[in-house]
Amino acid sequence: MKVQSAPNLKTDSKAKELIKLAHGSGGLLSRELIEKVIKPKFGNRILDRLEDAAVLFLSENLLAFSTDSYVVRPIFFPGGNIGKLAVCGTINDLAVVGAQPLAISCGFILEEGFSFETLNKIIDSMQKMASQTGCQIVTGDTKVVEKGGADQIFINTTGIGVVRIKSSLSIEQIQVGDELIVTGTIGDHAASVFVARQNLPMTSSLESDCAPLFGLLQPLWSLGAKIRFMRDPTRGGVAATLNEIVRGRDFGVEITESLLPIKPEVRGICELMGFDPLHLANEGKAVIVVAPESTEIVLGLLKQHPLGSDACVIGKIVEEPKGLVYLKTTLSTKRIIDLPVGDLLPRIC
Amino acid sequence: MCLGIPAKVIKTTDEWAWVDVNNVHLKVNISLVNGVKYGDYVIVHAGFAIQKLSPEEGESTLELFKQIVEFNEK
Amino acid sequence: MSENEKEKIKALIYCVKSLCNRLPDKINLMEVCGTHTVAIHRAGIKQLLCQKTRLISGPGCPVCVTPNDFVDKAIWYSFQPQTIVATFGDMFKVPGSYSSLAEAQAQGGKVHLVYSPLEAVELAKNNPDKKIVFLGIGFETTAPAVAYSILSARKANLHNFMVLSGHKTVPEALEKIAAHPLLNLDGFILPGHVSCIIGRKPYEFLSGVQHLPGVISGFEPVDILESLCMLYKQIVEGRCQIETQYRRAVPENGNRAALAIMQEVFLPKDSEWRGLGIIPKSGLALREKYSDWDAEVVYPSQIPKPRQHKGCICGAIIMGLKEPEECPLFGNLCHPEHPIGPCMVSSEGTCGTHFSYQIRGRLNESSVSA
Repeated sequence: MKVQSAPNLKTDSKAKELIKLAHGSGGLLSRELIEKVIKPKFGNRILDRLEDAAVLFLSENLLAFSTDSYVVRPIFFPGGNIGKLAVCGTINDLAVVGAQPLAISCGFILEEGFSFETLNKIIDSMQKMASQTGCQIVTGDTKVVEKGGADQIFINTTGIGVVRIKSSLSIEQIQVGDELIVTGTIGDHAASVFVARQNLPMTSSLESDCAPLFGLLQPLWSLGAKIRFMRDPTRGGVAATLNEIVRGRDFGVEITESLLPIKPEVRGICELMGFDPLHLANEGKAVIVVAPESTEIVLGLLKQHPLGSDACVIGKIVEEPKGLVYLKTTLSTKRIIDLPVGDLLPRIC
Repeated sequence: MCLGIPAKVIKTTDEWAWVDVNNVHLKVNISLVNGVKYGDYVIVHAGFAIQKLSPEEGESTLELFKQIVEFNEK
Repeated sequence: MSENEKEKIKALIYCVKSLCNRLPDKINLMEVCGTHTVAIHRAGIKQLLCQKTRLISGPGCPVCVTPNDFVDKAIWYSFQPQTIVATFGDMFKVPGSYSSLAEAQAQGGKVHLVYSPLEAVELAKNNPDKKIVFLGIGFETTAPAVAYSILSARKANLHNFMVLSGHKTVPEALEKIAAHPLLNLDGFILPGHVSCIIGRKPYEFLSGVQHLPGVISGFEPVDILESLCMLYKQIVEGRCQIETQYRRAVPENGNRAALAIMQEVFLPKDSEWRGLGIIPKSGLALREKYSDWDAEVVYPSQIPKPRQHKGCICGAIIMGLKEPEECPLFGNLCHPEHPIGPCMVSSEGTCGTHFSYQIRGRLNESSVSA
């Protein structure tokens, strides 16, 4: 991060605890933000050097590299906030390719007038998630835009990880007969955020499942090629992930309705609003395709971790129909599970 | 045309009730249904209770099944 | 699912299959409720019916039967200064003559999605400098709630809340459908939640004059299966009645209190239904004493002449007269991400489900064995 010397700016931003445009302009206030908030909270030897780029020693490892931007509303929701989501999201994208997260960058775009108190809480969450997973936030940037130019806060995180799994995790490894595991209940995140976002007189104890998956998935890496593929079913839910897996392939997916792990509260919200739990985003779950002979071991390993206690098989890879996902209903009939189209819209019809 | 969900009434005021669907609580207007009280089940549509549910008639499905089996044996 | 429920389903599937096989001829049944269409699709009910049954999804979704000019008016309102359009989510993506509310919002139109019409009243209370135009769509299930909201606005002396009424009533449409020369219907699955309000009696003309049996059905797979059994049994036994399967929610006389509120605020008017044309007295307009809350009276819109997209045959598809595959726009210009007509908006409506099966894959819904 570049810090330039700047004119002596007298501001009362600290007194008012609000972000000013000047906090993003690279001057004195920017430096104050870094020294008084960012460094103390994210602080590590790499970040503290405040260079333009973080330099990391990685030896001869295979690297995983992922980026994502976070614009969730509301920025605080049951079970988390935009910061927690931003760090977990990138850690999870690395974890599902078999990578141990090493270093994360963090870019903030803040709206003028954003509260320092809120920013502090968000940053605290981010550091907590990073340190829980043994990785560090080593570089980043802050920009501030005029009031109205952004909706409170947007965050981008980019992460580097070292690939630890010895085999290749890829859709090409998937074979007919492989089984599909989901690491826990589906739809929790989107349903809880929906309740928080709408001004409906609706309450529920449901929380987002936002969590870092590294610790849950790491024990699986020793199984090598028995783990064919993993993905975290975020936007578009399990339906989107399964459709991505089969698209253009010579196999399909069959999932069984009675096996889907869905919390009663999520069912309730879906019934009230007309949603399909398969279309709802998850932020602390993985879909794993495994060789059938390893299903029991994988389930055993997952259940040993608190995040995996509801792990279960939901379906399998089938020969036909190719390129499609279908659901076996409780009536033993079948229907296609397609990609969801667009945002969640509460229906009356 | 009408998404309507059965929900259990857990609290009432004059015009409103809090209902429970699988531990999700929703405040609905009860002005369209007479005599809604705690413990009743109502159908919820667009933020309103539109009907009270009467207790499930016991074994109507079984009865229908028996009739059809007999019918098939004729 | 409990063992009891599993047993019920097994028994009902047996009943449906055995009765279907006993039908003397091929029959056409119609369900007229968008929520039934979704429930039937979700449970894969059509796969359990033998080849003798054609189960048609009729014009039962208030969104699908709303003609283009209603959407055009809504879009016009959204662009007016100091005006917000409040609407149920169902209408958001429905295309009108030129655009949709979703597209209007992207271009700066003010659209606010609500779950309850009372939220729109609240919006009016909190924004005294804005006009809130609520889009009143829905059948008798929804109209009483909207009527109550108008009464609420009146009680609170809120004059910046108004309703653009697109409400329609079902029995009048059923009359026209039953008499349609091309449909050759043999029975109806009747809407469950409309019937919560209107009861069973308004359908009696179907079994009387039209000689068409009907069963008022609930929405769980068990309900729909039981309703089909009851309908098949009538046909096989040569009976013709209006029966209620959804007895737990549909009293004989419906909900008198809700009907009274609806009739206090609304009166019947002639209304245009996509696919059915103008049906006398099948719509609901605000009574004159409530004209202060009638958008058509206090805030009339100025829209260009509505038009149908060339080639769109939603009207015929809604009536079950044509299949989506017969539409020249199906799968090319018209698809779920870019619907031309309302039939494609819902992923579980006729066009949406056909798209999933036919375009995205080769699995043919009707040929899959259970």
